Amino acid sequence: MTDMTQIDDRKFTINFGPQHPAAHGVLRLVLELEGEVVERVDPHIGLLHRGTEKLIEHKTYMQAIPYFDRLDYVAPMNQEHAFCMAVEKLMDIEVPRRAQFIRVIYSEIGRILSHLLNITTQAMDVGALTPPVWGFEEREKLMVFYERASGSRMHAAYFRVGGVRQDLPPDLVSDLIDWCDQFPQKVKDIETLLTGNRIFKQRNVDIGVVSKQDALEWGFSGVMVRGSGMPWDLRRSQPYEVYDELEFKIPLGKNGDNYDRYLCRVEEMYESVKIMQQCLKMMPEGPVLTEDNKVVPPRREEMKQSMEALIHHFKLYTEGFHVPEGECYAAVEAPKGEFGVYLVADGTNKPYRCKVRAPGFPHLAAMDYLNRGHMLADVSAILGSLDIVFGEIDR
Amino acid sequence: MEVFGIELSWLAVKIIQMLLFVVVLLISLAFLLLMDRKVWAAVQMRRGPNVVGAFGLLQSFADFLKFVFKEMIIPAGSDKILFILAPIITLVTAFGAWAVIPVAPGWVISNINLGILYVLAISSLGVYGIIIGGWASNSKYPFLGALRSTAQMVSYEVSIGFILITVLLLVGSLNMTDIVNAQAGGFWNWHAFMLDFSDPKSLILFPIMLYMFILFFISALAETNRPPFDLPEAESELVAGYQVEYSSTAYLLFMVGEYLNIVLMCSLSALLFLGGWHAPIDTSFQILPPFFWFAIKVVFMFFMFAMVKAIVPRYRYDQLMRLGWKVFLPVSLAAIVFVSSYVVFWGRPAVNLVGAGS
Repeated sequence: MTDMTQIDDRKFTINFGPQHPAAHGVLRLVLELEGEVVERVDPHIGLLHRGTEKLIEHKTYMQAIPYFDRLDYVAPMNQEHAFCMAVEKLMDIEVPRRAQFIRVIYSEIGRILSHLLNITTQAMDVGALTPPVWGFEEREKLMVFYERASGSRMHAAYFRVGGVRQDLPPDLVSDLIDWCDQFPQKVKDIETLLTGNRIFKQRNVDIGVVSKQDALEWGFSGVMVRGSGMPWDLRRSQPYEVYDELEFKIPLGKNGDNYDRYLCRVEEMYESVKIMQQCLKMMPEGPVLTEDNKVVPPRREEMKQSMEALIHHFKLYTEGFHVPEGECYAAVEAPKGEFGVYLVADGTNKPYRCKVRAPGFPHLAAMDYLNRGHMLADVSAILGSLDIVFGEIDR
Repeated sequence: MEVFGIELSWLAVKIIQMLLFVVVLLISLAFLLLMDRKVWAAVQMRRGPNVVGAFGLLQSFADFLKFVFKEMIIPAGSDKILFILAPIITLVTAFGAWAVIPVAPGWVISNINLGILYVLAISSLGVYGIIIGGWASNSKYPFLGALRSTAQMVSYEVSIGFILITVLLLVGSLNMTDIVNAQAGGFWNWHAFMLDFSDPKSLILFPIMLYMFILFFISALAETNRPPFDLPEAESELVAGYQVEYSSTAYLLFMVGEYLNIVLMCSLSALLFLGGWHAPIDTSFQILPPFFWFAIKVVFMFFMFAMVKAIVPRYRYDQLMRLGWKVFLPVSLAAIVFVSSYVVFWGRPAVNLVGAGS
């Protein structure tokens, strides 16, 4: 406890955010500085709180999906994936094989979207202004792929319980293949600006070091543990969809500092492209949604012919489907770490409770621990390497 | 006719000279600013400003008008007089240094013998604009920015001073015109590339002086708060540093002052290291008038400034200080030792040119 009579009045307290160019959204950090050295960091959250979890309790299962786009809005489909997997687990639905491949492709697109944004804006946080513009060009192309599959650039709502909404148009597949061929070169271009850059290294090596023990104690996941050298990736350790059939590497860091995390993300982008290429090659023809019309709306032409299909359609879009009583936890390896959904169903058409486990939350909670003793400029560098997105933290 | 001992015709000439300098500087600054942005945009694979006027040529003038017509906000807690005074100090000192810069033979407002010393003194004064601006804002980010820029500019002025001494030792004069004339004859006489093969002894100066030129360029980046040393206005840390509370014309004055200092540093490197207005190879006939050679060199240096901005990340405060005091200072001191021993034992390479000047 601090003794009120001995408070050091030389400390300089500043508000870092919520209106700050490096605050990555609406983060507010209260920094206590001793000169340029950071003594204490107090992250304040809640400025983007929308009550997603509560809102989902009042929506049918299908209406809940778009809320997941708005959590980590940098990689929307990865979140939908976790929710769909949770519902499928409760209802015991088998996803058609083609849909599984499409889900993996779009999850990897989401990973690249997120990592591209992260490494380039982290570069911006340490003062390099060119990488973001280079990276955004590729992100733009990926968002067009989002749009061509789902009709929306960001808030896709493309994954459905039992598969994905629509099949990919045939020319989209060939365009994806073309994109995969040219993308590694673009990452290499960005790397020439950063990976070997002396100043970039000086700003990131040995900054924000996370040891293996710390990573476990703080409940980190994703790149934050892999950067410290722990081989933990849900795509490998508890494979979902078709990940166990694909060949890819899990890049690991050594020192657990900002620079290792940066390298991990860069390598993961190369690996993601490889996964996409394999999926595009292995993807079979076939349905992309289950045939069970109790969960999935019937096809349009069927509805014109069959009374039963029309009734199914009506029931699905008014009442929604019922999920049997039970609870389950489903998690995916989102770009930022383990994104989990804990779902409690009470047998009705709406979830009883939907708890979202956002990977960014424990990472942000460690800001104080990571920043103590570093300098003011390192705060934004560390914040950048944590890969914080406020949509998922404030929920 | 004389008033207070000043001859009026002389005064009139000087005033016209000053006006000419100011106008030409401001107009060229407008286009240099555009060039800065265009270079930056090209590196980032963007177009850059291209809407106002053909190729965006009038962009700077549009920006100028925008700033002038905006409302000037003076924070309630600020020291109002100092708050307004700070950008004026920056601008005045930035212009003041140009009084001794010769842009062509004889084209100089004041050809004083202590030219370089005057430039150093005036550019040191420029720090006050930033300190006062940061302090008078009575706000935390500007305050931190002002503290940083004070430490930074003071540290790098030391190494700039030492680098200048190596040039002065070779020339033997502080007069800018003398320094330029000492580099006449061809690019092998320029201080950046001492490659005069007719005098083999002087070749040992080549690596030293080339290194000094590079150090001068980097120190100039730090002195003018350009990336990678833009800590006083580091966007990702201090938002905009000492400029946070400034708006409208006051902000414009800071900006103009800052860019004037950059152009000043570019012309200093052209004068001290790249032979000023002399052509790279001395031909019997003039390909271009001397002023254009000078302008080309300044624009080239400015291009280098713009490229650096587009490419590099930013140093951290302690790294910046370490670079200034532990790398630049010892190296420039060592260079002084070498150059002065050279001058003592073998004499100046260009000694016969000096002394004949005005």
